[in-house]
Amino acid sequence: MRNPLSKNVISIQPSGIRKFFDIVTEMKDAISLGVGEPDFDTPWRIREEGIYSLEKGRTFYTSNSGLKELKIEICNYLNRRFGLQYDYEHETLVTVGGSEAIDLAFRAMIDKGDEVLIPQPCYVSYHPCTLLAGGVPVVINLKGENDFKLTRQELISAITDKTKILVLAYPNNPTGAVMDYEDLKDIVDVIIDNDLYVVSDEIYSELTYKNRHVSIASFPGMKERTIVINGFSKSYAMTGWRLGYATGPANIIEQMTKIHQFAIMCAPTTSQYAAVEALKNGDSDVEMMRDAYDKRRRFLVHAFNNMGLSCFEPFGAFYVFPSIKSLNMTSDEFATRLLMEEKVAVVPGTAFGACGEGYLRISYAYSIDNLRIAIERIERFVKKHQEAKI
Amino acid sequence: MREKILSAIDKNSKLSAADLAIMLGSTEEEVKAIIKQLEDEHIICGYPTLINWDKVNNGERVTALIEVKVTPQRGLGFDKIAERIYRFDEVQSVYLMSGGFDLTVIIEGKTMKEVANFVSAKLAPMDGVQSTSTHFVLKKYKEHGLPLEQDKRDERMLISP
Repeated sequence: MRNPLSKNVISIQPSGIRKFFDIVTEMKDAISLGVGEPDFDTPWRIREEGIYSLEKGRTFYTSNSGLKELKIEICNYLNRRFGLQYDYEHETLVTVGGSEAIDLAFRAMIDKGDEVLIPQPCYVSYHPCTLLAGGVPVVINLKGENDFKLTRQELISAITDKTKILVLAYPNNPTGAVMDYEDLKDIVDVIIDNDLYVVSDEIYSELTYKNRHVSIASFPGMKERTIVINGFSKSYAMTGWRLGYATGPANIIEQMTKIHQFAIMCAPTTSQYAAVEALKNGDSDVEMMRDAYDKRRRFLVHAFNNMGLSCFEPFGAFYVFPSIKSLNMTSDEFATRLLMEEKVAVVPGTAFGACGEGYLRISYAYSIDNLRIAIERIERFVKKHQEAKI
Repeated sequence: MREKILSAIDKNSKLSAADLAIMLGSTEEEVKAIIKQLEDEHIICGYPTLINWDKVNNGERVTALIEVKVTPQRGLGFDKIAERIYRFDEVQSVYLMSGGFDLTVIIEGKTMKEVANFVSAKLAPMDGVQSTSTHFVLKKYKEHGLPLEQDKRDERMLISP
């Protein structure tokens, strides 16, 4: 019998998080700081709208690119919040989560051998999706000393004549880093001079705690070379609804829509109706959640620095990324032993790229009471192993 | 910072000044000073606990909402009569209302009889009270923005990217 499997698919490593997931699931009564999704339920007004759409019998396909009403609201929202102007008819595509949009963008833009710059640590899907699209992932190892921002020099050194796409994912999972106006301004001319395209994953754009998020597409000359990816999962606590979107130049969106049309048909109808309500009336819910995250963020940064694990102040998403380099352990060891000895699950930084070594991703999508218990245990663990080291 | 502290403790008065300072990016001294000031100005009026008495053995309480029509007094308006009413310990809340009646009075008692007694013996005969209409609460679902029945588990996967 012939091998049924594609060599390309087999060559792709399974997500590093998967291995850890399996250990944690075995562990009874572990408390976890390991999730990448909000702890809030979807605001009731949004859920209620989804229920209403079901009651009304809105159970059919929508047009491939999404409900017109939703696309109009998406464009209004992007303009209102980030000053981005898109045409809802030709420059907007509603997808099954931001994840689908990432996959579509790569498949629509990559030819065999094209290089895709992926600054790490980052979300787990850019690398494999590049490979699946036939591209060549080129990892840029970001540095803790730069607060995990992409610097001009790092970008320049990674560019070759095959480079086509730069992935930008800020606010960042797992580091919580953001790139503000000045940081982006510093790399814009490099991108334009080298004729690169940007896939900008802005899924955490509502969760910033110092300045309002700035999209790279808002810089002159960038809109025509940027696919902006966003969605409802993080800002409106709607992970299970699987709804995201991409906006960008009409010619790219057109091809992404073509793939989407054949592979997916359309995003879930119920979710699309609920999302209209989210964009129209959800601002105060977003604010309430942002406010809660901000308090927890300060609480954790303080707690980690206090126990001697240095932790730069992250201004976005809902993660802190403390360094464990003062202890004599790898991230993987630390996470495994913390789970075994204190029953707290955290994700080793290496799950998000090799340069995550020496760091942990700690999620604060948990109640303060929960965080307090977890921190007590981590503190006890760290103390024990610091003493052992001396 | 005053507003930030208030909205932080609105739903959880147990947060310590040290915690608030960390969470709001302030210092413990500043938080303590502001809270003291808010208490002095009677902006923070107390720190009650939200208890679901239905779950306590022999703890059942009867709550009634009473619509009261009153005759306002010259020069004093409704305030004087409202005060006469709210000074009773049985009275939990008193609100001046727009619409078909004047005051909403919320009474809590051990038994329905106790509440009925209060209304017939104290409230209804009071000078200035024209009429009362008593509604008993059958079940409480949510108070102070918090659902009383909490049956919520974290259903998320323990680890996700």
